[in-house]
Amino acid sequence: MTPPVRSLRELDYGVLQQCMHCGMCLPTCPTYLTTKKERHSPRGRIALMRAVADRQFEAGAELAEEMNFCLGCLACTTACPAGVEYGTMFETARAELEANGSSGGGMRRFWRWLALEQIFLHPWRLQFVGWLLRFYQRSGLAEGIRALRLPYLLGQRLGDLEPQAPLMEAPFSDGRIGELERPPSGVPVRGRVGMLSGCIQSLAFASVNRATVDVLLANGWEVFTPRAQSCCGSLHAHNGAPDLAVRAAFALMARFDLGKLTAVITNAGGCGSHLKHYAGLFDAARHPKTAERAKAWDAKVKDIHEFLVETGFRPPEGRAPGRRITYHDSCHLAHGQGVRSAPRQVLRAVPGVELVELAESDLCCGSAGIYNVLQPEESQRLLDRKTDRIEQAGAAAVATANPGCHLQLARGLVQRGSSMPVVQPVVLLAEAYREESRSRA
Amino acid sequence: VTAPLNDLRNLVGADHLLTEPVDVIPYSFDGTAELNQRPMAVVLPGTTEEVAACVAWAREHRVPVVTRGSGTGLSGGSVPVPGGLVLGLTRLDRILEVDPNNLTLRAQPGVITKAIDDEAARHGLMYPPDPGSLKISTIGGNVAENSGGLRGLKYGVTRDYVMALQVVLADGQVARLGSACVKDVAGYSLKDLFIGSEGTLGVITEVLLKLVPRPEARKTLLATFPSMATAARAITAIIAARIIPCTLEFIDQTTLRCVEDYAKIGLPVDAAAVLLMETDGHPAAVADEAARMEAIARAEGADRVQVAADEAEGARLATARRQAFSALARLRPTTILEDVTVPRTRLAEMVAFVSETARRHRLQIATFGHMGDGNLHPTFLTDERDAEEMARVHLALSEIVDKTIALGGTVTGEHGVGLAKKAYLKRQYDPASYTLLRAVKRALDPEGLLNPGKIFDLEPTPP
Repeated sequence: MTPPVRSLRELDYGVLQQCMHCGMCLPTCPTYLTTKKERHSPRGRIALMRAVADRQFEAGAELAEEMNFCLGCLACTTACPAGVEYGTMFETARAELEANGSSGGGMRRFWRWLALEQIFLHPWRLQFVGWLLRFYQRSGLAEGIRALRLPYLLGQRLGDLEPQAPLMEAPFSDGRIGELERPPSGVPVRGRVGMLSGCIQSLAFASVNRATVDVLLANGWEVFTPRAQSCCGSLHAHNGAPDLAVRAAFALMARFDLGKLTAVITNAGGCGSHLKHYAGLFDAARHPKTAERAKAWDAKVKDIHEFLVETGFRPPEGRAPGRRITYHDSCHLAHGQGVRSAPRQVLRAVPGVELVELAESDLCCGSAGIYNVLQPEESQRLLDRKTDRIEQAGAAAVATANPGCHLQLARGLVQRGSSMPVVQPVVLLAEAYREESRSRA
Repeated sequence: VTAPLNDLRNLVGADHLLTEPVDVIPYSFDGTAELNQRPMAVVLPGTTEEVAACVAWAREHRVPVVTRGSGTGLSGGSVPVPGGLVLGLTRLDRILEVDPNNLTLRAQPGVITKAIDDEAARHGLMYPPDPGSLKISTIGGNVAENSGGLRGLKYGVTRDYVMALQVVLADGQVARLGSACVKDVAGYSLKDLFIGSEGTLGVITEVLLKLVPRPEARKTLLATFPSMATAARAITAIIAARIIPCTLEFIDQTTLRCVEDYAKIGLPVDAAAVLLMETDGHPAAVADEAARMEAIARAEGADRVQVAADEAEGARLATARRQAFSALARLRPTTILEDVTVPRTRLAEMVAFVSETARRHRLQIATFGHMGDGNLHPTFLTDERDAEEMARVHLALSEIVDKTIALGGTVTGEHGVGLAKKAYLKRQYDPASYTLLRAVKRALDPEGLLNPGKIFDLEPTPP
């Protein structure tokens, strides 16, 4: 693991040199597929980053433009036989470019500071924003303001963005999930797990969190969910704010007593990929205790599907009308964590579900954190490609296991005038358990 | 330089001429280690006419042109030359026609190799050449390098499947060479001059390919051996038994461990060497060949012979083998891949010589390759920043080349000469044939603007 560094020249040269430019990554890179230009490919970007380390190219606005065009989907790391740590290079470059001002200043800097530093690191502020947003969306105010095109006063981008804000799902996670929940009587207890409720997930997908807890309870796990959790820092690490990522990780780890927990469960692909790599954030020489703790943490963090399959979960009984469902791999679940078959196994276990494979299922949908906001054109190209494939799959619903993908796919389907629902495997499983107890009663 | 570049920009459109460092640095290399040269500009034409106009422009302004597909070559063939223009053909990416009755497929040069075989498969047909990079290499690059692949033993190489070419000549004229006829002896076989010419004679803008019926059945076997020598002997025994399997691949332990580290498909990492064997064709013939190969492998000392349960498992094994070269990069910073090829009966001797050379020069050399056709890929695992070690690498390389030539082999079986093998070509050629190479080049590209300095230098180098 490379120690946390903040610039490409400080980065271990071996990491940059690891790429032998064989080109195996090219056919899996979304931005290379749409542009067919080498600078928009993983090995092209690595060549630019290496040129910076070799002092033949500047870490300036042009590199920033390119590194911000990269989705950070990590498909290249799946394809790379040489084991190149693209994610490390990507995060280092973005951090350097933010720190030296190449990624932009002015209003962008203000919004970034507001979101990353003032809101996402503070759970109560985030919940407050959630309530405001909910009031705005529910009161009819949104329609009125949109009709007057008021959001466009704040700029074209914000105007385009406003309708994309996820619908707030109140009550939020803390209102739906108790701090400690125990399996229903009759279900033998297997142990206790911690539950990560996420930031956006706990506001916009509170019901997915509830379903995750229900599924764990049904399988004999006690679930401990600390109140008002903050962001895991994935947003910060991917967007060039490593110091804030360190703060977020430190704060989140402090909420869990690892010794008492079999695992710490995450249900959002994008978060999980970062949550499993906390050790890389801390310099073991300077903070040995925290680094040690982060290592233990990384070993305990499990994606919900991965955990269910590894520990063995009970397939729900019952019959349900047949339903063809296809599955879209979240990049950071498939490429970031290597979790591919577990969500499919969960889906297949749901009575009545027939899983049909989606072509290019692990090609990014263009959501990629806040990429859809920052790079709307490329994001839309990838979304169109994804919705084409979904329509060709001949399924009644599409499942995915990450809030960003969920919102993006839903938006793409609405754009097409399709009424196909977007679902999450763990929600279907929870429903099947509920159905089972209802039919028993 | 600006005014002429503007002409070029007007030819192809602003979006398709790249001149800024951020755009051209990523075109400074191909898949070959150690080679790097920033081009003056990269042009990405969209039609044959635009390609011809680009070549004419280059001739007018005396700018060297390096044609490039996906840039996955392994001998530096598409590495830019100083002050040169890179002519990228990735936009010419359409399959133009499949003729299932004549068993042919017509395509533009930028089509990905795998897409050609996938299209053939839709018609129950197959395009056999399958280089390791088939998921991203272009057919134009394959023809220019005369690429081989895993199936070369039974099906031959790219040359065996090219029926006709459309080529832009050095003066910008467009020529059609060959025909759709199975038999055609009208004049010199000019198309054959361009196959494997590595972009030094013209620019391929269209290919007409021969397809074959897709085999009904396929069986894959993996045999593990206690030593490299026993594995090499098993190969000789299989060929001696008059079996020509479609694939007969050799992988040594170092390579095997790297591949397993990446692919995680349960390869036998404790074996000193493994053979990946595949037979295809009529189901009865496949069953018979598989059984005989298994028996021979056991008789020659194989510890274990594992038969792939189904085609999917067989495909996983073949895919893993294709990743061997890149997977080896896990071990050391620089991976130098060789491509020496010897007559099959000299294989065991060559394998032993490579191990002995590695030991003598204190170097790490992993070996894998298409042993069925005598094509070896000894791969040096080294670090280009270590000058002392690199000196030993080049010494060892030179000895391996001399041994190859002494055994009646060739310095490159399928990767091409490019820049990487240029120094060794002269050792293999006699003076008369080497002069012939230059005569052909001068006749077709008198000004020496097409990929100059690749394969050989046009001017006789001082002794």
